[in-house]
Amino acid sequence: MPGTVQSIERAAAILRMLAGGPGRLGLAEIARSLDLAKGTVHGILRTLQHVGFVEQDRGSGHYQLGAALLHLGTSYLDINELRSRSINWADPLAARSGEAVRIGTVLEGRVLVVHHVFRPDDTFQTLDIGTLLPLHATALGKVLLAYRAERPAADLDRYTHRTVVAAKELAAELERVREAGWGADVEEYTVGEAAVAAPIRGYGGLVVGAIGVSGLVERICDSRYRPQPKLVGYVRDAARAVSRDLGAARR
Amino acid sequence: MTERYVVAIDQGTTSTRCIVFDRRGQLVSLAQQEHKQFYPKPGWVEHDAAEIWRNVERLAPQALRRAGITLDQVAAVGIANQRETTVLWDRRTGAPIGRALVWQDTRTDSLVNRLLTRPGADVVQQRAALPLSTYFAGPRLRWMLDHTPGLQERAERGEVLFGTMETWLIWNLTGGLHVTDVTNASRTNLLDVHTLDWSPESLRFFGIPRAMLPEVRPSVAVFGTAAAAFPGVRIGAALGDQQAALFGQTCFIPGEAKCTYGTGSFLLLNTGTELVRSDNGLLSTVAYQVGGAPAHFALEGSIAITGSLVQWFRDQLELIASAPEIETLARTVADNGGCYIVPAFSGLYAPHWRSEARGVIVGLTSYITKGHLARAVLEATAWQTREVVDAMNADSGLTLRTLKVDGGMTADNLLMQSVADVLDVPVVRPLAAETVSLGAAYAAGLAVGYWPDLEDLRRNWHRAGQWLPAMDPARRETEYGNWRRAVERTFDWIQPA
Repeated sequence: MPGTVQSIERAAAILRMLAGGPGRLGLAEIARSLDLAKGTVHGILRTLQHVGFVEQDRGSGHYQLGAALLHLGTSYLDINELRSRSINWADPLAARSGEAVRIGTVLEGRVLVVHHVFRPDDTFQTLDIGTLLPLHATALGKVLLAYRAERPAADLDRYTHRTVVAAKELAAELERVREAGWGADVEEYTVGEAAVAAPIRGYGGLVVGAIGVSGLVERICDSRYRPQPKLVGYVRDAARAVSRDLGAARR
Repeated sequence: MTERYVVAIDQGTTSTRCIVFDRRGQLVSLAQQEHKQFYPKPGWVEHDAAEIWRNVERLAPQALRRAGITLDQVAAVGIANQRETTVLWDRRTGAPIGRALVWQDTRTDSLVNRLLTRPGADVVQQRAALPLSTYFAGPRLRWMLDHTPGLQERAERGEVLFGTMETWLIWNLTGGLHVTDVTNASRTNLLDVHTLDWSPESLRFFGIPRAMLPEVRPSVAVFGTAAAAFPGVRIGAALGDQQAALFGQTCFIPGEAKCTYGTGSFLLLNTGTELVRSDNGLLSTVAYQVGGAPAHFALEGSIAITGSLVQWFRDQLELIASAPEIETLARTVADNGGCYIVPAFSGLYAPHWRSEARGVIVGLTSYITKGHLARAVLEATAWQTREVVDAMNADSGLTLRTLKVDGGMTADNLLMQSVADVLDVPVVRPLAAETVSLGAAYAAGLAVGYWPDLEDLRRNWHRAGQWLPAMDPARRETEYGNWRRAVERTFDWIQPA
C-alpha cells in the first residue's frame, strides 16, 4: 500500500484549524496546537500562501484562509495577470517565428484569447483580445482540452472539411498532444491557415493557458502538411519560459 | 563570419541591467542587479555610486555568458541612465565623495527658492530653457559643495569631479575619461542649450568651478574604448533613459512621440532641430545628437502618478491582489458610473503645476462600486496623458497622429484602449518592449557603423499591437469636461500656513 504524505496531512490540519477558528491565527498558535516545530509550520504556511489557500495579514502577520479556497472550481490565475506575466515572452516568439502570437485560456467551453501579438510585418491587423474560439478546432483549444478532466461536447461544429468532429478521433488527437507536449491545427478552423500551440503551466504543473503561433499554412507547415519543427521548438521554448515565470517546476 | 552584437547598459533608479541585442534589435540576453536605496531623511534619496559600478562590472560577463558570446563579438556598448542623479568623486583615487543624490531627492527645495530670488536667475533659466528646479542636477551639485567641508576649495583646485550617472560609468569604463552627453547635460540647469556647452553665466550663478565639469559630447559618437567591464569595446552612445526610449521607439521625425507608462509616465515629443519653449508647463530638453549633426529637441511632459495609483489601489485600499487585476475589476462594470479620481498625491505636475493641489475622488453616489473606482483609476492615466498631449500640440504647433507606447502598463488592454479613446489617435505598442536599453543599443550601434543609418533602425521597428479610437466624440467631450471639473476640485486644498 502506498504510504501517506506527511506534509499534505499537516497542511490539511492547518487548513482545518484556520477554517474552525474564530479569525486569524498566529504562527506560534498553530504550531502549539498541532504540536509541530514552528519552522515546519512556517514552511507549510508559506507554500499554502503561494498557492493562494492561505492569506497573511500584513499588519499582524496572522494567517487566515485564502480567497482561492472559495473559488477552487474556477481558474486560479486572473487572465489579465496571465497576460501581464507572459507579455515579455510572447513578443520574442513573434519576432523569432515571424508569425502572430496568441495566448488563450478556457472560458465556458471556449478558448478566450487573452493576449495577441501582431505578425511583425506591419500589415494592418486588429487586436482580437477577448475573442472566443472553439476548443476542438484550434491548436490553442486542443492543448487546453488535452490537460482538462472534462470531456468535450458531443456534437462538435465543423468549420472546414478537416475539422475533427468525431469523439473518438478527437480523443486520439488529444492523447497525441499529451504525448508530444504540443498541439497543432492544420486548416481545421480556417482554410489556408495553420497553428501550433503548447501549454503554459502554473504551480504544481497545472495547465493555466496555452501559447501559440498561427499563420498561412504554407509558412507554418512543411510540404507534407506537418508543422515545421523549428516553429514547434520556438513555441515550446516560449511556453516553458512563461511557465517558469509562473512558478512551474522545471521539466 | 561570427555574428556580432551590441550591448546596452541600462543604469536605472532601482537596478542596473546589461542587455545584449542582435542586428534585428532583438533581445538576446539580460543580466540585472538591484542596488540599495538610501533614505536618510524624509525627501532624501541616495545611491552608492561605487556599488552601481561594481554591479556593472559583475553584470557585463554575465550578460555575455548568457548570450553565449565573447567580448570580440561585441561591436559597441551604449549607456542609458537615470537622469539628474548627481555623483561627485575624487579625480585622483576615483572614489565617490558622499553618496549620489538621486533625481527623486527634494532636499534642494529651500536652496532653489533662495536661488530664484537672486539676480541672474532669469538668465540661467533662459540659457537652459528649463525652470530652476529641485528636479535637476545643478542645484544638487551646489548643495553638495555647500554641505561638504572643504569641497568647494578642492573643486576649485580641480581635485573633485562632477557627473551624472553616465559620466560616472564612462569614467570607470575607460579608466579616466571625463565626458557627458548633451541629453544628460541638458538636465542640469547648467547647459546653454543654444551652444550645447556649459553656460559661463550659469556656472558663475551657481558658483560651480568649470574644472569639475565633464566635456559635453554628442549622444551618438564614439566616446572612447572601455578598459574595464568590456575591455577593448568602444563606447558608442550615452543618453538619458527617457531620451533613450524615444530613440528606441525610433521617433526620429518631428511630431513623433512616445509615452513610457510605469510608476509615473513620461511623454516625449520630437520637435526637430528647433528648440520649442513651452507656454503650457512642459519641459524643453535635448532629445539626441548624432555625431556632428544638429541636435534634435523634445518637449517632455511627466505625469507623476500613473502606475503608482494602481499600486495605491492594491496596497492601501487592498481592493485587488495584484496590479493586473485592476483590469479584471474595471471590466465588471461598463463605465465609470460618473466617478473620477484625480491622483494629485503631491500636487499636480504638467501642465498644471499646482503644488497645493491634493487628490480627490468625485461623483460618489450609492451606485458606485469598486469596479467603478477601478475604471476611474485607469481613466485617470488616460486623461492625464490627454492633458499633456493637448499642451504639446499647443506648444509645438504639431498635431500628434500616433502615440507609441512602452512600459509595464502597456499590458493593460483596457488602459491602452482608453488612451486611444481619449486622445482620438491610434496607440501602438512595438515588438521590442525594452525600449530604453534598445535605444542605447541603437545609438551605440549607429556610432560604430553596426547599423548604417536611422532609416535602417526604423525598419527594425514592428507593431506588436494597436488600439484604435472607438469612443463617440460627443461622449469624449463630456467626459473630458467632467475630468477637467474634477481636476479643478483638487486646487487650493493645502492652505498657506
